[in-house]
Amino acid sequence: MATNGKADVVIVGLGWAGSLMAEELTRAGLNVIAIDRGPWMDTSTHTPPAVDPDELRWGIRKELLAKPKDNTLTFRNRTDQVAAPQREHGIFELGGGVGGAGFHWAGMAWRFSPWDFEIRSKTIERYGIARADDGEMQLQDWGVTYDEMEPFYDRFERIAGISGKAGNIDGVIDPEGNPFEGRRTRDYPTPRLKTLRSMEVFNEATARMGYHPFTIPAANLSQPYVNPLGVSMGACTYCGFCLAYGCGNFSKSSPQACVFPVLMRRPNFKVITESCVIKVNKAADGKTVTGVTYVDNQGREQIQDADIVCVTAFQVDNVRLMLTSGIGQPYDPATQTGTVGRNFSFQTISGVDMWIEGEVMNPFIGAGAHGSQIDDFNSDNFDHSELDFIGGAGILTLARDGAPISKAGKLPAGSPRWGSGFKKAYQDNYQTYTTIFNQGCSMPVKGGYLDLDPNYKDKFGVPLLRLTYDYAQSDRNMAKFTMDRSIEIAQEMGAKHITPFNFADKPFTTAIIASDHVIGGAVMGADPATSVVNPFLQSWDCHNLFVVGASAFPMNAGYNPTATVGALAIRAAQAIHQTYVHNPGSLVEG
Amino acid sequence: MNRREALFSFGAAAAATAAVTHPAGALTLEKYPTQMALDPAFAPRPAPRVGGQMRVLVNDIDRRTLAAAFDRLMPEDEYGPSATQAGCIEFLDDQLAGPYGAGDVLYREGPKMAGEDALMQAPQFIATPRERYATGLAALEAYAKEHDGASFADLQPNRQDEILRGLEEGAISLSPEVHSKAFFELMLNNVREGYFSDPIYGGNKDMAGWKLIGFPGARYDYRLYADRVGEKLDLEPVSLIPRD
Repeated sequence: MATNGKADVVIVGLGWAGSLMAEELTRAGLNVIAIDRGPWMDTSTHTPPAVDPDELRWGIRKELLAKPKDNTLTFRNRTDQVAAPQREHGIFELGGGVGGAGFHWAGMAWRFSPWDFEIRSKTIERYGIARADDGEMQLQDWGVTYDEMEPFYDRFERIAGISGKAGNIDGVIDPEGNPFEGRRTRDYPTPRLKTLRSMEVFNEATARMGYHPFTIPAANLSQPYVNPLGVSMGACTYCGFCLAYGCGNFSKSSPQACVFPVLMRRPNFKVITESCVIKVNKAADGKTVTGVTYVDNQGREQIQDADIVCVTAFQVDNVRLMLTSGIGQPYDPATQTGTVGRNFSFQTISGVDMWIEGEVMNPFIGAGAHGSQIDDFNSDNFDHSELDFIGGAGILTLARDGAPISKAGKLPAGSPRWGSGFKKAYQDNYQTYTTIFNQGCSMPVKGGYLDLDPNYKDKFGVPLLRLTYDYAQSDRNMAKFTMDRSIEIAQEMGAKHITPFNFADKPFTTAIIASDHVIGGAVMGADPATSVVNPFLQSWDCHNLFVVGASAFPMNAGYNPTATVGALAIRAAQAIHQTYVHNPGSLVEG
Repeated sequence: MNRREALFSFGAAAAATAAVTHPAGALTLEKYPTQMALDPAFAPRPAPRVGGQMRVLVNDIDRRTLAAAFDRLMPEDEYGPSATQAGCIEFLDDQLAGPYGAGDVLYREGPKMAGEDALMQAPQFIATPRERYATGLAALEAYAKEHDGASFADLQPNRQDEILRGLEEGAISLSPEVHSKAFFELMLNNVREGYFSDPIYGGNKDMAGWKLIGFPGARYDYRLYADRVGEKLDLEPVSLIPRD
């Protein structure tokens, strides 16, 4: 076992969270070493325009993603079942190289609503404690409010150059944006994307119904932009190859496009690639950590010592590292004690596929985050007094789904799946298809958690993470409610053929990709009895350990998680260099 | 030496400043990498031959069975060529000869448990696609021989359709070793891939699949067209195959 020189900070996983933290910390003068499981990847060397527009390789075979062979989980719905491994690509869409999932993501760049951060308090306040403690859900506040998060959301949006239209600047509502969003201090750095045909039809129909459509904030840039780090980005060409693809155009925000050009030039930064951290090393006193152990690209165990460890891998790997390192008390679903693995949540999805006769959608034109949404049935934007659930869904339509292999399955009910009948149906319907996707919240349940699997191991002999989870009844009811709303909208849009879908009317499974937003397991909070990290993402057990990512969310909102991951990472990094390094110890009272 | 090592050792040799170092053997990058050429492993990978030697589908009976099934799934008609005319057999052979066929991404550790399919709500396989085609095609041919006294490829199209529909609906089980419904879905997925993927992979000949639906292919810039909302554009498709 060899030891490199000690670093001020070691970063485990160089995705969005890791690169944003590394940028903050190196700018503050700290020596930072990042360790990433994947190889170096960049725009011009790996995904230029000559490589990118290839559905088979990236969209279907998913070659940019980490392989389940190297990294997967086992799954079961209940503790009385034996978990089985996720053998193919399922809902776990981890990045295959540096940049992590931030390299192949679609680019939806949401802020969560103020209600989400205070979900327990606000639910009790408006609906009474029986709604919050229904016997199944395990609701808890984040320990941070939206207003406290606002400057860090703003910073993330500036670094990523997000395209959008504000709906609430300092309390002034602009109906062109999302009137339900939390109060912002200023508009997005770049204007919203173009309104394409599916959006136009959706916008007109929902406006007629009295709802409030707006363009989804996108990390696909509507115009050229130079971010606060001095990195220049290009305008999106609406090629449509975003989700599961790289971007050859420097117009999809990613660690590569927005951070690496500056970070990689800093003399106090380096990254060790193709090297997998398998353990965070605890000090003898158990109160701090000394660094990490990793397996390098030649299979040798190495140690990287550091004064501060930031675990910034994908959500599931953050949780697994805490468990394999023996830091914190693993969660016990029988007693709801312990914290590590607690409050896994997902995304509860329903919606409709629809075909509008005579329409020309040109679905090949678009971008990963390109679409329209209404938030009239999201968060607590509507009265739930007479409803059998809390929360809701972003009800959205997309302008991006023109990929011809994956779309071959999207035909009106009763259409032949093969033969001449299929060819005719596909020819008739390729241009008429659109969808409404209800991106629903996911409430943690007492029985939903992550621990180590007793039967299956990875290539290093480390136990796989085991997921035990099924949807909360509240979320199932929400999915049905929002599905019914989406059917009404589809009818108003003039669709003759409507096929509703609801992933939550069956048991949850990792094998069918309703969403790839996996959440929780190392959650943040103000109470060490119910959280792994404090509101600055600092471990309650070891004060020089920070665990940063969607693993910290105590629930999931009706939005994509990435901007919240970015904002939390920037906030944690600023707390480290502004406060922690001057006086190492817990940043808050536990 | 893997592709990464090859790339970075080239970079290190070319650049005296050696942006890439190997302290204690690890692959460490300091400063922005100076090697800016396209990683050869990421360049488009054309199917090595079209219409030439098969590498996996070398058994004549298997290949005839597959061709017959593919051409019922995607027949020649007024909408365009058949699967075999569009190159889908060559496409699949190339795919099966490569990482996809070898199940390169799959977590294949056992055991596969009795309740695994039900729990996952989808059939699970430790077998690779290459292995599943070998057993599936042999079982399909054996089924035709046993029930019709002839090769599957020699049956009437209506009878072929009847058997395929039986597989699709789960009404026909070819053998205890073959998950017949899943084998049908495997063929259907792969024939769609062959028919609608970039022609560089050997299928979708003359971009027939893309012309069927009006997909413009490997284009990378629609800014000129994005404002023509709701308008039929009739764009000629382009492929990743270089043009003279």
